[in-house]
Amino acid sequence: MSTAHNGDRRDFLKTSLSGAAYLCAGGVMAPFAAAEPAAEGAKSRVVVARDELLRGTGSTVDSQRMLALADRAMQALFDRDHPIDAWRHLVRPGDMVSLKVNTLGGRGISTNVHLVSAICDRLQEAGVKAADIVVWDRDSDEMERSGFHLAIGGDRVQCYGTDRVGYEEELSAYGSVGGRLSKILTRNCNALINVPVLKDHDGAGVTIALKNMYGVIHNPNKYHPNGCNPYVADLNMLPEIRGKMRLTICDATTAMYEGGPGFKPEHSWIANTLLASTDPVALDHTGWQIIERKRAEKGWKTLEAEERAPRYIATAADAEHRLGTNDPKKISLIEV
Amino acid sequence: MLRELDVDEVVKGQAGCSLDRRSFMRCALASGAALGSGAVLGGGAALGLSGVAEPAAAMPSGAAAETDDETRFIVEAKFYQKLSSRKIKCKLCPRECTVGDKERGYCGVRENRGGVYYSLVHSRVCAAHVDPIEKKPLFHYLPGTTAFSIATAGCNVNCKFCQNWDISQSRPEQVPSHYMPPQSVAEIAQQYSCPTIAYTYSEPVVFAEYLMDAADAGHAAGVRSIVVSNGYMQADAMKAAYGKMDAVKIDLKSFTESYYSKVVTGQLKPVLDSLVTLRKMGKWTEIVYLVLPTLNDSDAEFRGLAQWVKANLGADVPLHFTQFHPEYLLKNLPITPVPTLERAKAIADAEGLNYVYIGNVPGHPSQNTYCPKCRKMLVERVGFTASQVLIRKNSCPFCQQPIPGIWHA
Repeated sequence: MSTAHNGDRRDFLKTSLSGAAYLCAGGVMAPFAAAEPAAEGAKSRVVVARDELLRGTGSTVDSQRMLALADRAMQALFDRDHPIDAWRHLVRPGDMVSLKVNTLGGRGISTNVHLVSAICDRLQEAGVKAADIVVWDRDSDEMERSGFHLAIGGDRVQCYGTDRVGYEEELSAYGSVGGRLSKILTRNCNALINVPVLKDHDGAGVTIALKNMYGVIHNPNKYHPNGCNPYVADLNMLPEIRGKMRLTICDATTAMYEGGPGFKPEHSWIANTLLASTDPVALDHTGWQIIERKRAEKGWKTLEAEERAPRYIATAADAEHRLGTNDPKKISLIEV
Repeated sequence: MLRELDVDEVVKGQAGCSLDRRSFMRCALASGAALGSGAVLGGGAALGLSGVAEPAAAMPSGAAAETDDETRFIVEAKFYQKLSSRKIKCKLCPRECTVGDKERGYCGVRENRGGVYYSLVHSRVCAAHVDPIEKKPLFHYLPGTTAFSIATAGCNVNCKFCQNWDISQSRPEQVPSHYMPPQSVAEIAQQYSCPTIAYTYSEPVVFAEYLMDAADAGHAAGVRSIVVSNGYMQADAMKAAYGKMDAVKIDLKSFTESYYSKVVTGQLKPVLDSLVTLRKMGKWTEIVYLVLPTLNDSDAEFRGLAQWVKANLGADVPLHFTQFHPEYLLKNLPITPVPTLERAKAIADAEGLNYVYIGNVPGHPSQNTYCPKCRKMLVERVGFTASQVLIRKNSCPFCQQPIPGIWHA
């Protein structure tokens, strides 16, 4: 069982940014609502940002190139000239921001540490205090095995799993889903940034943004029958999730087209890509198509042919849920 | 053909509501004096009562003893099949979960590690009480005695009305627990003069390995075992595990596949098959049918159930219609009206079942046992207490009608 780390191990992130002062250019910022799908008639924007040289000439991601890639994605998504302006569109000083990563699959197919670091840097430059940022998943051990260093307390970005704070006593329920929510979400956060990975799932079809929320409840294993449908959609309707979700940045630097959710290196590929959107349904639909193209390229049947197409994506877009759109005609795909 | 119920609108009545967690006594061991340990088995991180949740810098001390030595709770599972690519197929219950490496089955307490399937809850008790046997309820088994009743976390279904959801729908690491190996279970039962160990509260199917070992330890010490179960189990596993039981109580949730699918997330037929298997095994079995208003309370369903029981199990199988109280994901439903329970009993009586009871209604005369021949009262019950037991030599003392059950130790 993990214990507090020794002092000689570096913190997950830089401590406070001195001179972080990239202040709002004046005036009162508009209150932030949770990210919502595009208004009627408008399209949902999904940015697909790629850097072929993300790993330089080696196999590990270059942190500076990752920062640049994330910046490019955010600027394109929010149509801003500077990345900080894009982040200030989402957060403001005083926000408590949590980044829900995905570390279940282990180091080979978990949210990249450098991506998370880049996001945390920009959040701080947008005025969010380091100590008000929490990087989290369900289990601290899983996070550590994926390369995250736990950071608890102090004036630094926090990094720990729900196992360190527990779940709410009360049940939260919508439709067919009832679960106890992580206290990180309910008490340590008013703004949620979803940082999933892009991978196949042997039950659900794919697991990207919407299904990453399974790590928020205490009993996700109960919601895997029937390809996780309608459970994934119902889960994302919980007010604590829907009301706080601001953005999804999907780490597709390494992606997987078969054999998920555990890491199968033989079925993964170096995609060097980020997907970003405020519409998790549109993002999931886009990510699904990317996986299908890779499957076709590798000679694998479609998920539909294998009777595990991610039907929950359509459910999330239906008239009851309206969590976003899965209609390609209503998705504006921006490749940068 | 029974009317298929459209339960969607009813179960969605709880959409968006915030539900209070039912208080459930965690562990009799935590109540201290009775068992002398004084151990408080609560675990979990130190949590703020309100506002920000402060994370524990180290793993919470209450759980440290268990978590530091988790291997004590982990045994290789029985009833599974190895597949290629380090996957396994569980053969314990009809779900037959295909589980990849590092994943768990639906129940949340069995895990694949490198292609070997493990139970994570052997000897990992999260609830323990000394209960009257009538509380199970078992009415034709050692009336007036007590059972040392234990459970681990986990369940292989997700009944929307579960009264023990806080342990049944949790992973073992999410509930405080105590290491209680089989020998200890038997010793504690003896210490508190319990002639029986009961495996109950959550779902004993999912801790079959532990149940089997504890039953063996109990029998070696002269202590019997009974199980309170949903019966959602494969036949081979049932024969192996429940073959060690001295009595079985099965919760038959409804008599339609629709209800099982939508309200239980299970299937009806395997449970009916289990009941037949238990009869063939010669196991004393009692059935509880929890009546939920508007969901499984039709005359047709009651009649179909009673007819099936009589035809397949016999007229002497005790059938308990019990009152539902709002809980978990069905807090929008009312308590079962007593007239509904009485209607169910009347239908089952009319179909020729000899021992039909009404449960969870303290003081109701249908909690008593009556001779099916002369109608004299043979066992009087007040709440969970058998206040008078007149059965002698397994028969009615008034007309010598044989009364089936296990009446004496």
